[in-house]
Amino acid sequence: MTYALSVEHLSKTYANGTQALKGISFSVAEGDFFALLGPNGAGKSTTIGIMTSLVNKSGGKVKIFEYDLDTQLALAKSCIGLVPQEFNFNIFSRVIDIVTNQAGFYGIPRPLAFERAEKYLTQLGLWEKRNGRAVELSGGMKRRLMIARALVHEPKLLILDEPTAGVDIELRRSLWDFLREINKAGTTVILTTHYLEEAEMMCRNIAIINEGKIIEHDSMRAVLQKLHQETFILYLDEPVFMPPEFVRKIDDHTLEIDLVRGKTLTDVVDELSAHNIKIKTLRNKTNRLEELFIKLTRADNNV
Amino acid sequence: MTVYRPWIAFSALLRSEVRRFMRIWTQTLLPSVITMVLYFVIFGNLVGSQLKAIDGFTYMQYITPGLVMMSVVTNSYLNTVSSFYFLRFQRSMDELVISPMSNLVILLGFVLGGTIRGLLVGALVLIVGLFFAHLALTHIFLMVFTAFLAAMMFSLMGLLNGMYARSFDDISIIPTFVLTPLTYLGGVFYSIHMLSPFWQKISYLNPILYIVNALRYGLLGVTDIPIYYGLSMMVMFVAVLFAVNLRLLNKGVGIRT
Repeated sequence: MTYALSVEHLSKTYANGTQALKGISFSVAEGDFFALLGPNGAGKSTTIGIMTSLVNKSGGKVKIFEYDLDTQLALAKSCIGLVPQEFNFNIFSRVIDIVTNQAGFYGIPRPLAFERAEKYLTQLGLWEKRNGRAVELSGGMKRRLMIARALVHEPKLLILDEPTAGVDIELRRSLWDFLREINKAGTTVILTTHYLEEAEMMCRNIAIINEGKIIEHDSMRAVLQKLHQETFILYLDEPVFMPPEFVRKIDDHTLEIDLVRGKTLTDVVDELSAHNIKIKTLRNKTNRLEELFIKLTRADNNV
Repeated sequence: MTVYRPWIAFSALLRSEVRRFMRIWTQTLLPSVITMVLYFVIFGNLVGSQLKAIDGFTYMQYITPGLVMMSVVTNSYLNTVSSFYFLRFQRSMDELVISPMSNLVILLGFVLGGTIRGLLVGALVLIVGLFFAHLALTHIFLMVFTAFLAAMMFSLMGLLNGMYARSFDDISIIPTFVLTPLTYLGGVFYSIHMLSPFWQKISYLNPILYIVNALRYGLLGVTDIPIYYGLSMMVMFVAVLFAVNLRLLNKGVGIRT
């Protein structure tokens, strides 16, 4: 299997003595849609910083599509497109210049740079704004501009650091669709996000990082299976006054139930039917990944 | 993924640098020209007409090379220091750092950008100077070469300042407290032979002295310092600054954490 990214024993200690990464190892397969999760200050941004050469590593190895960052830096960098968390373009530049300049920095000849800029600015709904200055764009447009800029050299690996932070629901959904398309077309995508729902919906594989260590690295399905218990809220058609012991009553029309591993929702429905309780609808009380995430990071912090 | 071509990356960076100062030409090109017109009128014309000739030239003729050089060095310096620091400040420096551009290409792009601004302003001031003073333009090639070396030297110094600056105050401290005194003490307005032997020796430590005299030789054919010695000193300054800047960029000073 070809790896878009392989990280071995990566460590980083900042000049002030903060040990941001304590020898982490993980890999991302080519074509994957990968989530890198962790609480604030866990080491996500440092990891991305090292991958993109914005941060000097203290130890370990990083390979991008088999190109070693230590020995084949230019080749490794050519493979990566980065959408950072904070806006980092020259706000006084024109939109088109931001994208074509970036293409130039990747060694793309000018006619091709314009062709690509048109393609990606159009796809991201910014072509009409191409002659405007970046400072005039709305927040959502600025974020889309950063995505267009990251794609202009058609990288094999696209890294997005919190791409939907502070973005409204409509735009978030359109970005999700766009990223799915990009991924389907063959680009490997690595995403860090605070919206765990986003990671659960989009990503096939996941690494959870906490206090500079990887505490989970598996497929999304396998990680979610580690969740021993999920809580569901059940909405009822008819009121229940004396519910059975295995459910908790919230009000006459609402019950809460813990579904332990091994038990299915069908079992629950059957058991409730036996008590003459009919479920109208139900929902998961918390996001599953969120539940697991909190559990894992808490357990790790208590070690 | 496209094959990376350093030449294209270099021209993209240089283009964006030149476009930046051309876009804001009222802040980057015009002020020096206006200041120098005032120097020509007040020092050259009004005050200078009361002074005796230096090395056989009128005071106006004598100070013109120095004024041209003053514009070249301050503009080259200010271009790299402000451009580099501003990119760092708004983090668009990341665009360069994540790209496959080598530090050598980044260095050349910024330095040549500053050099072009310095030479452009120098040329404008020289054109204005030609209206005020008759200049022989004795050694044109040497004049251009000297201005080029001076512009590079001060672009490199500006870049060094830009790498270490932590605030906008830091990018004005060196120009105010170091660059301006060095320029005024670098023989723009006088011949160092007018100084006592002690201050003459001190003056030899000032790189601007070599530049002003080399340009004076190019424009008028006179110099306080043997011309090849002056040029060699300039080449040496440029080489050392270039090596230091490249080393610092390779270490990631100001661009990586």
